[in-house]
Amino acid sequence: MEHTPITDSSRDVNIDIKKKLRAQKWKQIKKNKLLYLMILPGILYFIVYKYLPMYGLIISFQDYKPYLGISGSEWVGLEHFKRLFTSPDFWMIFKNTLILFALQIFVFFPIPILISLMLNEVRHSFFKRGIQTLVYIPHFMSWVVIVSISYVMLTLDGGIINSIFEVLGFEKVNFLMNADWFRPMYIIQVIWREAGWGTIIFLAAITAVDPQLYEAAKMDGANRFRQMWHITLPAIRSVIIVLLILKIGDVLELGFEHVYLLLNASNREVAEIFDTYVYVAGLQQGQFSYSTAVGFFKGIVGLIMVIFANKLAKRFNEEGIY
Amino acid sequence: MQKIKSRKRGLKGSNIFDFFNYLLLGLLGIITILPFIHVLGSSFATSAEVANTKFLLFPTEFSLSAYRYIFSTDTIFRALGVSAVVTIGGTIWSMFFSVLTAYGLSRRDLVGRRVINFLIIFTMLFNGGMIPTFLVVQETGLMNSLWALVIPVTINAFNMIILRSFFMNIPQSLEESAKIDGAHDFSILFRIVIPISLPAIATIALFYAVTYWNTYMHAILYLSDSAKWPVQVLLRQIVVLASGINYDGASYTDVPPPEVTVKMATIVVATVPVLLVYPFLQKYFAKGALLGSVKG
Repeated sequence: MEHTPITDSSRDVNIDIKKKLRAQKWKQIKKNKLLYLMILPGILYFIVYKYLPMYGLIISFQDYKPYLGISGSEWVGLEHFKRLFTSPDFWMIFKNTLILFALQIFVFFPIPILISLMLNEVRHSFFKRGIQTLVYIPHFMSWVVIVSISYVMLTLDGGIINSIFEVLGFEKVNFLMNADWFRPMYIIQVIWREAGWGTIIFLAAITAVDPQLYEAAKMDGANRFRQMWHITLPAIRSVIIVLLILKIGDVLELGFEHVYLLLNASNREVAEIFDTYVYVAGLQQGQFSYSTAVGFFKGIVGLIMVIFANKLAKRFNEEGIY
Repeated sequence: MQKIKSRKRGLKGSNIFDFFNYLLLGLLGIITILPFIHVLGSSFATSAEVANTKFLLFPTEFSLSAYRYIFSTDTIFRALGVSAVVTIGGTIWSMFFSVLTAYGLSRRDLVGRRVINFLIIFTMLFNGGMIPTFLVVQETGLMNSLWALVIPVTINAFNMIILRSFFMNIPQSLEESAKIDGAHDFSILFRIVIPISLPAIATIALFYAVTYWNTYMHAILYLSDSAKWPVQVLLRQIVVLASGINYDGASYTDVPPPEVTVKMATIVVATVPVLLVYPFLQKYFAKGALLGSVKG
């Protein structure tokens, strides 16, 4: 319709059609008023608890005082951001966040792929189901439970790990109070909780692979490793890329609950990340505007990373996530 | 001859491959579950055994003293009660609004659904962050109320999208024939759509339930009254912060059991409800029901 050359008469027709379309739209909206009623509470929820906080981000440009509110508080421009970027804490948090992110991408991310490739090769379905049942369990445990179990196992006196060390003649290690052990502990807990669960999507994608491909490869003499490498892995490539994008988008979502539970005075220099910093500065010290600025910066970086990762995926002829 | 040989070698290689594959996966399964068994076993151990045994999995002598001890005050009963109320009430609350929203947005004849969808997905990529959300929770009068654990997380965008894609796959002819019979949208939803979507609805309900049972951060953020703490906060208090205060004033007359077993028993109590629903979870999610949702 829009491609027809515009002459006087066709323009009239166009306006006519537009009017009709609009009337039709209204009719449809009226017809579906019950549907709008259905989604109304949901929409209200998203407006109040998701979009209102986004509006609240403007306090990062103010010197927000709770009793003055957003409308009454003084504007200070980019002062809080300047303070953040010049603070010695900034580089500490930035580095810590980046390192945990790198551990997530390079250490954690490949593990569920590897496990699902291995599970896919299992031919006894009871064994496969049994292993799946076991490795999914930790995902449903809270971080408090995961960290608590780690604590009782790793504690210096009477923890099972140190008891084993003692029997083997090794020196005891104070895992919980030693900054060097924070990062290994963090990533091992992430693997323990999420590696099994992470296989679900890959396994579902693998079931879509045409079995004839394997037959053909077998005829050509490909062994099991080569079948994995040349058939299974390429078949789930797009799922891998989508999940990698989502993971990169979560760049700064390293699990506030998790890190906050592990954080203590002796590992702060390696464990403090943006979220824990926001919590301490904002809610424990009452610096609302400054901590909102820190959170805002984090959110923007995350958003840029998603867009960037998505563009990158499209460059490689993958679909991306939107 | 050449051919047979190579095939034989292939078979042999395949056997070795299988052996190591099964071995490694078996080990993986055992390692994943071993910490839970250790905790469960130790929680039933006697103080003598805790002191003498280096790596305890199954105690030789069962003792319930740790459990008797933690249940001798109402601290843990109160925490479990709070968690149960939040879990049951929260799941019903969240499911009600998630299903309504998901169904409305699943209908292709809803004008504006694309925009609304986008705005909901956008909240998964960007949000106001902790402090502005805290201020909104405060402004809406939820501070120090159990509603603070529920209302600010009413709809999980991801869960809603899974439900929506499930509803979208229901043949439209079903709804249309009901419409011709004069049914309105609510009765279509409750009489036709929900009954045939029960597996998906059960799955999402279980996800919500597990999330509510595990809620911890919101309680720390929004509840200052320790009497309203759910069991996860209590667990952190006892194990991670190792502050025995919560069990002080226990009306326990015997010699208190070793601290370790008390911690273990608290972990077990906080974990068991999730393990009880786990078989039901397992039944549904393994079907790959989630795959279609990856792309929103």
